[in-house]
Amino acid sequence: MTIGKKKGLSRRAMLKGTAAAAGLAAGSGAITGFPTIWAQSNITLRQFGTGVSNLNAIAERCKEDLGITLEMTALDSDATAQRTVTQPNSYDIADIEYWICKKVFPAGVLQPMDTNKIKYFDKIVPLFITGKLTPDSVIAQGTAPHTVGFVEGQESTTFAKEPTQWMTLIPTIYNADTLGIRPDLVGREIKNWKDILDPAFKGKTSILNIPSIGIMDAAMICESAGIITYGDKGNMTKEEIDTTIDFLIKTKKDGQFRAFWKTFDESVNLMASGEVVIQSMWSPAVAAVRSKGVPCVYQPLEEGYRSWGGGLGIAKHLSGAQLDAAYEYINWYLSGWVGAYLNRQGYYSAVLDTAKENMTPNEWGFWMEGKPAEEDIVSPEGKVMEKAGAVRDGGSFYDRMGHVACWNAVMDEDRYMVSKWNEFIAS
Amino acid sequence: MSEAATTTTMPGPDADAAAPAAAAPAARRGASARSIASYLQAAPLALILFVFLLIPIVTIVVVSFWDYDFARIIPDFVLTNYREALGSSVTWRTYLNTLRYAAIVWALTAVIGFTVAYFLAFYIRSATMQMVLFLICTVPFLTSNIIRMISWIPFLGRNGLLNSALIHIGIVDEPLEFLLFSDFAVILAMVHLYTLFMVAPVFNTLMRIDRSVVEAARDAGASGWQTLWNVIIPLAKPGIAIGSIFVVTLVMGDFITVRFMSGGQSASVGLMMANQISLLQYPAAAANAVILLITVLIIVAAIIRLVDIRKEL
Repeated sequence: MTIGKKKGLSRRAMLKGTAAAAGLAAGSGAITGFPTIWAQSNITLRQFGTGVSNLNAIAERCKEDLGITLEMTALDSDATAQRTVTQPNSYDIADIEYWICKKVFPAGVLQPMDTNKIKYFDKIVPLFITGKLTPDSVIAQGTAPHTVGFVEGQESTTFAKEPTQWMTLIPTIYNADTLGIRPDLVGREIKNWKDILDPAFKGKTSILNIPSIGIMDAAMICESAGIITYGDKGNMTKEEIDTTIDFLIKTKKDGQFRAFWKTFDESVNLMASGEVVIQSMWSPAVAAVRSKGVPCVYQPLEEGYRSWGGGLGIAKHLSGAQLDAAYEYINWYLSGWVGAYLNRQGYYSAVLDTAKENMTPNEWGFWMEGKPAEEDIVSPEGKVMEKAGAVRDGGSFYDRMGHVACWNAVMDEDRYMVSKWNEFIAS
Repeated sequence: MSEAATTTTMPGPDADAAAPAAAAPAARRGASARSIASYLQAAPLALILFVFLLIPIVTIVVVSFWDYDFARIIPDFVLTNYREALGSSVTWRTYLNTLRYAAIVWALTAVIGFTVAYFLAFYIRSATMQMVLFLICTVPFLTSNIIRMISWIPFLGRNGLLNSALIHIGIVDEPLEFLLFSDFAVILAMVHLYTLFMVAPVFNTLMRIDRSVVEAARDAGASGWQTLWNVIIPLAKPGIAIGSIFVVTLVMGDFITVRFMSGGQSASVGLMMANQISLLQYPAAAANAVILLITVLIIVAAIIRLVDIRKEL
């Protein structure tokens, strides 16, 4: 059965390959170099992944610039992880987070990318190459992207300790998360993660109920409050998990939490309605609360940020013209337009130089350098996000990404952690 | 969870079809043709139940014995899913909590549902008005039940309509925190969502009560309460039982009301399964589904044992 499948696939890939080659031949006369126009062929790349970077605007622009049709499917992180492994023929490009990569790449469903074919490889933020934003940065805990960013060879599924020629994911989008607060309602300065435990906020706090991320926020809080010091927050021992969850249960019983949120809109509503005054939040949710005219600050904290990042991986089955198209797409992704689009949403893009060329000096100053906006800051959809004079919470790119305490991670004791987390919710 | 209710009505058509066939002393050919016809008549429903009820349940039972890791479910025959589910104190606490919700919601919907149905059946004289009022009861059901539930959130919140009003008229100084994201909120929303499922069957049975029975009771010297307690409620039992089956099965299987109204602070069996599914632990969720199905079937069996539902249908 598998043999038959493979046969069918290679035949189809070959047909597509010849069609693409014909298109390439027709197109190459007029256009030299980058970007190749694939419009004459009908190359389609099926991309799937978590919702953050699956944006229709990117698919439309990609069709315009490259002639490649992107079919995008958005799923939640767990479903993404599962589909990457179990249905490797159902996608061409996987848009996954680095901690998912740690889970799925060893299954051999993705092929590493040749860095020689990545045009802007040298300009990718070093966070994803060496793990150090600046040469003297300290590498954060958790699944730091560079630890799962390379494999030892083209056929290898073993993560390399040093950068190699074979890259697992091309970083697309990343950010630093912290607590969101209502500056008008907290009535005090918020400086540490432990401030969420202040008795003054009893019944007015929330953390997110997605085990793999919620446990990290909980760990930041516990460590800040001096309950425990972790060896690695991203890879806790059973004892560390027990201590963390026991503390959470006790805090819950004391009535410190108002609710636990699971979706983006829930977090926005909790904050905007004043049900909570301090909680785990994602950056676009803070923007959404502010757009309702409610003050909300994405508060930088002394212990640092909890960071996350995603990237594009190529499915093992891609070859020939489709593989070339995938490289073309990835090079286009890093060439600036997408980067500028993502930066304008408050995320960060992998290659900053090219994104900068696609942003106005005012936008660049506000989003990346932490400077006050000289004029109104407008979202990619044309909505005013910040008035002139506003400064980004947390400041510049280097201030924010330079203070990452921990990356989203998958633990060795994942299953145990999830069962303990469920106990916390049921308690 | 409505499968429990459907299976109990299943003998209905068969019994009806069999009775005339047996009663007719016509020629054998006629009888057998008619029995074939009755099989054909029952076939569409049987087929639908087979494809959409029996096969899924059998699948769930089969999958509940499979093994799994983070990404795959592995065909196997293991008891770990059941052992983990039944051996964990979290499961037991969650079941107890769900049963507690079911009991409280059942009691409230039974009292409210019976009162509403009683008012409609005995105090409203004209049949037109009865139907109009009954339809008014169903109007909220023209919107999605999630919308109806979520609309409680801005109403009950700390700065919601109710708290603002209470503070404004000086009844309380501080907003009442227990109104939202609490057991109170969960039960309130469930009662709101499910009372109609009690009203409809009770109203139906009350309408069938022969009014001369009530007159006879009064002639025999029964007071209003005595009539209610000794005559009307016993006759309304089948309706109450059917309503109870609806309410209990709905509450036992609920996850979205518990999640939204408790703000994720409480657990229910449905929520536990939803969590497992989102973590792709399908076999564990299937095992829980089987346990829940058995629990609910036991409750339904108990209700049917107490009250002969078919007596009044």
